[in-house]
Amino acid sequence: MSEIQLFKVTIDNITIEVPAGTSILHAARQIGGDVAPPAMCFYSKLEGSGGKCRTCLVEVSKGSEKDPRPMPKLVASCRTNVMDGMEVKNITSPKVIDARAGIVEFLLLNHPLDCPVCDQAGECHLQDLSFEHGKADTRYEFQRRTFPKHDLGKYIQLHMTRCILCYRCVFVADQLTNKREHGILDRGDHSEIATLIEKNLDNDFIGNVIDVCPVGALTDKTFRFKNRVWFLKPMDAHRNCPTCSGKVTLWNRGEEVYRVTARKDQWGEVEDWICNDCRFEKKQSSDWTIEGPRLIDRHSVIAQGHYAGTVGTNIPTETFKAVHAGRDPKLLMDIHSVSEVNPTDIELSLINGPAHSNNFNSNKD
Amino acid sequence: MGRKLLLEKAHVPGIRSYEVYRREGGYASVEKALKTMSPEAIVEEVKKSGLRGRGGAGFPAGLKWSFIAKPEGVPRHLVCNADESEPGTFKDRYLMEFIPHLLIEGLIVSSYALGSHATYIYIRGEYAWITDILEQAINEAKANGFLGKNILGTGFDCEIYVHRGAGAYICGEETALIESLEGKRGNPRIKPPFPAIKGAWGRPTVVNNVETLASVVPIINLGGEEYATIGVGKSTGTKLISACGNINKPGVYEIDMTISVEEFLYSDEYCGGIPNGKKLKACIPGGSSVPILPANLLLKTAKGETRYMNYESLSDGGFASGSMMGSGGFIVLDEDQCIVRNTYSLARFYRHESCGQCSPCREGTGWMEKLLYRLEKGEGKSSDIDLLWDIQSKIEGNTICPLGDAAAWPVAAAIRHFRDEFEWHVTHAAEAQTSNFGLAHYADPIHVPTV
Amino acid sequence: MVQFSEEKLAKVKELIERYPEGKQKSALLPLLHLAQDSFGGWLSSDTMDYVASLLSIEPIEVYEVATFYSMYNTKPIGKYMFEVCQTGPCMLNGSDNIIEYISKTLGIKPGETTADGLFTLKTVECLGACGYAPLMQLGKHYREHLTKEKVDEIIAECSNTAAANN
Ligand SMILES: Cc1cc2nc3c(=O)[nH]c(=O)nc-3n(C[C@H](O)[C@H](O)[C@H](O)COP(=O)(O)O)c2cc1C
Ligand code: SF4
Ligand code: SF4
Ligand code: FES
Ligand code: FES
Repeated sequence: MSEIQLFKVTIDNITIEVPAGTSILHAARQIGGDVAPPAMCFYSKLEGSGGKCRTCLVEVSKGSEKDPRPMPKLVASCRTNVMDGMEVKNITSPKVIDARAGIVEFLLLNHPLDCPVCDQAGECHLQDLSFEHGKADTRYEFQRRTFPKHDLGKYIQLHMTRCILCYRCVFVADQLTNKREHGILDRGDHSEIATLIEKNLDNDFIGNVIDVCPVGALTDKTFRFKNRVWFLKPMDAHRNCPTCSGKVTLWNRGEEVYRVTARKDQWGEVEDWICNDCRFEKKQSSDWTIEGPRLIDRHSVIAQGHYAGTVGTNIPTETFKAVHAGRDPKLLMDIHSVSEVNPTDIELSLINGPAHSNNFNSNKD
Repeated sequence: MGRKLLLEKAHVPGIRSYEVYRREGGYASVEKALKTMSPEAIVEEVKKSGLRGRGGAGFPAGLKWSFIAKPEGVPRHLVCNADESEPGTFKDRYLMEFIPHLLIEGLIVSSYALGSHATYIYIRGEYAWITDILEQAINEAKANGFLGKNILGTGFDCEIYVHRGAGAYICGEETALIESLEGKRGNPRIKPPFPAIKGAWGRPTVVNNVETLASVVPIINLGGEEYATIGVGKSTGTKLISACGNINKPGVYEIDMTISVEEFLYSDEYCGGIPNGKKLKACIPGGSSVPILPANLLLKTAKGETRYMNYESLSDGGFASGSMMGSGGFIVLDEDQCIVRNTYSLARFYRHESCGQCSPCREGTGWMEKLLYRLEKGEGKSSDIDLLWDIQSKIEGNTICPLGDAAAWPVAAAIRHFRDEFEWHVTHAAEAQTSNFGLAHYADPIHVPTV
Repeated sequence: MVQFSEEKLAKVKELIERYPEGKQKSALLPLLHLAQDSFGGWLSSDTMDYVASLLSIEPIEVYEVATFYSMYNTKPIGKYMFEVCQTGPCMLNGSDNIIEYISKTLGIKPGETTADGLFTLKTVECLGACGYAPLMQLGKHYREHLTKEKVDEIIAECSNTAAANN
């Protein structure tokens, strides 16, 4: 067996050794924490993904031991491999911080900021990105882009205005299903995800587009507006599925299964793809063998409803600002404003524990 | 009168046909190369010639050729970039339309040097009638044994195919071009891998501009060393310049890069000066993406020296006070032209042509266009100018392909050199709708400190 | 159902053979040109599905490409399409006036088609002929150095040809 060559790479002054062929992003993720650049389009399990959103740009201050020249431009860490002796600056580079703030502004430019009515709110990577790396307000004073509405069938809801064109869903359709039916139409700032002719996307594995979508552009119709994620309790569960691994996360309230997703790691990437049957059709607790609560360790809003114990809830005592080290997340949704799930007349903070549908129903009349 | 290597015979009657072209000495380089030279020797000759890519970046052609990977059993391809879409540029069209066999001749020699048995000409879709001209030239060359199997009995096989694009500037970028050749959307690829390693259909590929490949003909005929004696410094050989805008004689000129910008612009042999007795205000000397220069920095460098029509001199002073040779599209603006309007028009072009893959270019180009439109219509604010500057700086260098830079540079240069004209559009909004900022001080002599 | 003639199918075969074996998708752009020319100057979804079947690729792969390139019309157009360049160098030479003049003469805005279905006006970006500004593309050819008089002539020429063919 030939030995795997190890390369030494230093990222933000931390040195590690990684096998040759590792990308800067993966090396940085091994170090973890803030050293890992945000990645909105790259997805480890999707071949060819990455390079597009430009949020993961880093500065290479030393190319390698052999050729120590710095790279002239910032590079996409997801698509650039480490070299032996390479030195990379991520959060230690003012250039990177500045460029990234610019990228965040670009990504939000035409984003509707309709978080209050978006099912992705609470687990949206763009929300996280914008308050970690963005600036407080936008300088864009023009009308935002709109698109004609497209229907993707009974399972999947498309909100094109929220799409950041990461291409992940296209790779899913290409690599996971045997017949790609949706793609990117038009070009430039008019590009859109569509099927052209209205089609019901129902290929066995197509539901995975929902899990890979970093924003609320592709959401689960069977879950739509039923609840907010932070009121739900994630539980790992499995079933004997003839199509996929059957290993999922159930999002429950009480005994009710509201939503089924794949299990995601700390970078928001799925561990195993799951099939449509598991995702959309198995909404009974009795369909599943529950393994236990799932720890969501993303540092986002969703973790606000973090379930530490097996039963009950820890209601966070800190303020948002404190949790986020003084940063005031301006672009975060105000859940008290318009929402079909959260009518404005309910003061959520007054509800003891996680909200129940009863809390809303009782107010409806 | 400079030496002409490419267009010398372009106006011989009937030169478009094989017979006349051959009678005028055409295809001699194919005979010389295939019969007496090895592929490596040709690459050497091109290296010696100092030929730099004529598509815009000016990368040494011989060096590029030497990078092509040669894995066992994998075919290689040469692709000729005839996408010509950079505003101000129309030189390749001229060459292909008038003397198509020169390109075919250069392609055969280059294909032999690179080991390409199937060579493609990627031509922009709008040049539909030129596609016919090229296909006819290919058929004639083939009928006369210069293409097909066993060319001139040397055992070298080669076919040339014309692949017509369908309206997309971005397909001039070499990896987008390759995607388009493969029947896909023209989304530039993320590099590495570079085309020389993995290009069309995953095979090693070299992409070169029309003019670059046509220049291989005189290089083989004259020898690389002699070719290198023409021109100056690293600007060897001759260069086609397409001149347009406010000049008396728009057209395509072959220059031997030793003439001054002033001579090129004012002499009757070339542009013939500016019509209607108007004065020069500004010029974009190398295609719309290169920095625009005010009159006083065009004819003389910031050091007060004469500026010449070559790679080094045009870029003298960097982006602060210089520009670039680019693709050789020479766009002249007279004193009546409005810089804000011109910049807006170019910004609209780049927004329209962005492929939309990466966020800075997709979103940033549209934002710049909207701001420039507002300024041009007299509805802008003075903070818009700083905002434009900031946006272009956030795009530049942060995108997948250089279209982002190409969109950022014109805006940056216009603000750098013509900021007071932008401000005037804000402070004199109503007036700007009916009159013009005019020449102002843009043609004033530059102060050259003597100490 | 759309269907190429035998002669055109032979052309399709020849086009596919220009590219390496198994890479028949490469012939998509030329095939779409051929289809657009053959089936009324635009690409309906039926036409695109037909092209997909000729190349054994998924229809979405064709839609993606057809909508990316500006020369493919995914909506019907008039019999004559005036594609007038409006980019910088042409603008310096008065292309805006030409566009306005055509617009006024035909009574349509850029992007529109006359009621009789004869003319479509479209503004396009640099046609790579800036030295011959202002200009337009009409079918396979360029009409250069446009003036109001030339525009009138072109409109008359098109109307006459259309009348003669009816
Ligand atoms: C947006 C963009 C458009 C381009 N358009 C063209 C073009 O129309 N023609 C061309 O020859 N090169 C064009 N280029 C440059 C090509 O990418 C490539 O560098 C060139 O074809 C290489 O040939 P050369 O070395 O012979 O110049 C373009 C580059 C970019 C980034
Ligand atoms: S819909 Fe979602 S996954 Fe698909 S490209 Fe848009 S943001 Fe990415
Ligand atoms: S820079 Fe523009 S044209 Fe180039 S890949 Fe990005 S979006 Fe496409
Ligand atoms: S994650 Fe690297 S560019 Fe998007
Ligand atoms: S700008 Fe009109 S043809 Fe180039």
